[in-house]
Amino acid sequence: MEEVLLARWQFAITTVYHFLFVPLTLGLSVLVAVMETMYVRTGNETYKTMTKFWGKLFLVNFIMGVVTGIVQEFHFGMNWAEYSRFMGDIFGAPLALEALSAFFLESTFLGLWIFGWDRLSKKMHAACIWLVAFGSNLSAFWILVANSFMQSPVGYALRNGRAEMTDFIQVITNPYVWGQFPHTVLGGLVTAGVFVTAISAYYLLKKRHLPVFKPSIKIGLACMLVSTLLVMGTGHLQAQFLAVKQPMKMAAMEALWESADPAPFAIAVVVDEKNKKNSFEIGVPGALSFLAYDKFSGEIKGINELQAAAEKKYGPGNYTPNITQSFWTFRIMVLSGLWMMFVAALGAFFFYKKQLEENPFILKLLLWSLPFPYIANSTGWILTEGGRQPWIVVGLQKVSEGVSTNVTSTEIWISMIGFTVLYGVLAAVAVYLVRKFIIIGPLDEKPVLSVLTKKKEATLWN
Amino acid sequence: MELNVLWFILVGVLFTGFFFLEGFDYGVGMLLPFIGKNDVERRIVINTIGPFWDGNEVWMITAGGALFAAFPHVYATMFSGFYMALFLMLVALILRGVAIEFRSKDESSEWRSTWDWMIFIGSTLPALLWGVAVTNLIQGIPINSKMQYAGTFFDLLSPYTLVGGIAFLLVFLFHGALFLTLRVEGELIERSRKAAVKIGLVAAVVFLSLVGLTYTNTDLFKSALASSALWGAVAVFVAGYVLLWLKRFGWAFAMSGLAIAFTTIAFFSGLFPRIMVSSINPAWSLTIHNAASSAYTLKIMSFAALALVPIVLAYQGWTYWVFRKRVTAKELEY
Repeated sequence: MEEVLLARWQFAITTVYHFLFVPLTLGLSVLVAVMETMYVRTGNETYKTMTKFWGKLFLVNFIMGVVTGIVQEFHFGMNWAEYSRFMGDIFGAPLALEALSAFFLESTFLGLWIFGWDRLSKKMHAACIWLVAFGSNLSAFWILVANSFMQSPVGYALRNGRAEMTDFIQVITNPYVWGQFPHTVLGGLVTAGVFVTAISAYYLLKKRHLPVFKPSIKIGLACMLVSTLLVMGTGHLQAQFLAVKQPMKMAAMEALWESADPAPFAIAVVVDEKNKKNSFEIGVPGALSFLAYDKFSGEIKGINELQAAAEKKYGPGNYTPNITQSFWTFRIMVLSGLWMMFVAALGAFFFYKKQLEENPFILKLLLWSLPFPYIANSTGWILTEGGRQPWIVVGLQKVSEGVSTNVTSTEIWISMIGFTVLYGVLAAVAVYLVRKFIIIGPLDEKPVLSVLTKKKEATLWN
Repeated sequence: MELNVLWFILVGVLFTGFFFLEGFDYGVGMLLPFIGKNDVERRIVINTIGPFWDGNEVWMITAGGALFAAFPHVYATMFSGFYMALFLMLVALILRGVAIEFRSKDESSEWRSTWDWMIFIGSTLPALLWGVAVTNLIQGIPINSKMQYAGTFFDLLSPYTLVGGIAFLLVFLFHGALFLTLRVEGELIERSRKAAVKIGLVAAVVFLSLVGLTYTNTDLFKSALASSALWGAVAVFVAGYVLLWLKRFGWAFAMSGLAIAFTTIAFFSGLFPRIMVSSINPAWSLTIHNAASSAYTLKIMSFAALALVPIVLAYQGWTYWVFRKRVTAKELEY
């Protein structure tokens, strides 16, 4: 089934790419709203400059999230038509609600925010960006409701050859989503915190625009510190929930082949997927049981036992996700998170001591931490979605059953190459623009005016 | 009213809103390189839709979401069946979205004209493809007994559907030119008016051919509502053209919008109760019953839609009120 593999790759490429931009949208919309609120409250023009500068970077990022989001919505029907037939009754509802309640809100009020500086009162204008922030985060809620059903189905019945919704309240109060949603929103705030901190650190290093970037780095560091702590906390609760609800994902991310009580936490392993064991492993005895149950005992089911149980329940087949991938993506995510928490604490300490500006080493550390939220976000989702394999909806439909039956591999190849090339070019353009805006710095709109006067040569049609 | 019918109407409303609003966005995008003769003018043209286009595009996303939620089989069959067409549409929409956002963010003229052409392509292709798609739905496409599309990309292209595509494109162009007459100033008004006068004539001819071919190629005229809506569309289109001659631009724009709305209503009521017609066997068509979600889901979604759609209409309407003034060179803040 070449189509299944290709469709999976395409979905993975689009999703990971889409999710490079989304977390920053989620978090930075909030931070820009905070900055503008400070401007409205104090009347201090510095906050307006900050709002405009970070707002400009926000917009470049936002549009990338929007255009790749459309691909996401279309993908379900294009490549995963059988999934859409099977799940439409449940999955379509949160998607439609996302569009109705969140996409309209964020897109409309963002238009008002971009063009409304002179047409709306200050308070009204600030309210617009708050509504954008609310809309973005609300959209995250709806799509995670949909995703959570795929991880842990609730409130449904199997009827008419498909999953039908029987209880909408259960679907939106799925405990899984209440683990995922805070973790995702906080991940967005971490991303925005690191983004603002790292870029502000760049200016402090260059000693440029200090009045703008000293308050910026304060907001960035505060956001980073609080949200890294909370993202760790929510992640921990989510993992505890996994131990009960998705034991296979839990076993996979710990590369735990045999059930154990108490279970050790592996620090590093070399997985031998063929022989279903680890050829090398070092770990902390009992630590996994402690993480899962808050005590140094308690059984964690192993992959081999879970595989046997699944075969008994669903018939012969491979019910084990990719162990190496699950194990390492989890560790990379956690380590990135720990690193960000560490540098946030370090930065906050020196900021508090009023020594941050004079400490190029710490500033460089903050600047070079910029990739980490992106690494953590991507590995987190690869773990979540990869750990669900071979299921597209856990226990109800396999990935191989969800793919479109009438789409050929040639068609998928064409669209996959097309999208990937396009994504690559656009990423380069977005990075170019963000870099350019950072180099220019938070100037007023003057460059635009110079363009207005000299523009005869831009003409094509006279 | 039966909820399946309600949802058919809601999807129809969403597509009507989408074609009405994105119709002028696409039109403006297609006209951009021709109406805007220098950079300032192009920025004015783009800013006429600047605050609106993204919100307008959400009508399409919502229509897609509504199809998924209410008629999942239609969503699945259509999106997998129109695979290559949708791939092209997505590429176009991606380019258009980033182009509108990026074009003014760098000063070089190559940069700006490149993105301007992306806006042009990104507006032309979807306008054309939507016309092809809508006419395919009613003419019928090879859908087999398992609700699967059994054709290829090229089976979607026939003289009728191509005329449909070009008709949509031209009507959107006309609609966009009229929108511009209301939103720009000075010389640009005259240029938009002239463009509308020329395009309107061609659009009228192609639109009439679409009506004729619809009569020969589909069963749309069997529905009294559909045929009166389609003739109504012809009538208001002509009225719009006359009003344009009289330089009553506001009314002319209202008429081109009504023509788009009536056309959408005509195609939807011509389809009813089918949503996708099977050309192999009429019994294999996807209908509001065999393609629908469960009664429970439809009920939940009905409450949600009836609560949310009025709110959306209210704040989107307010946006047009806030930006009711013409876009001028002096106020190009963006």
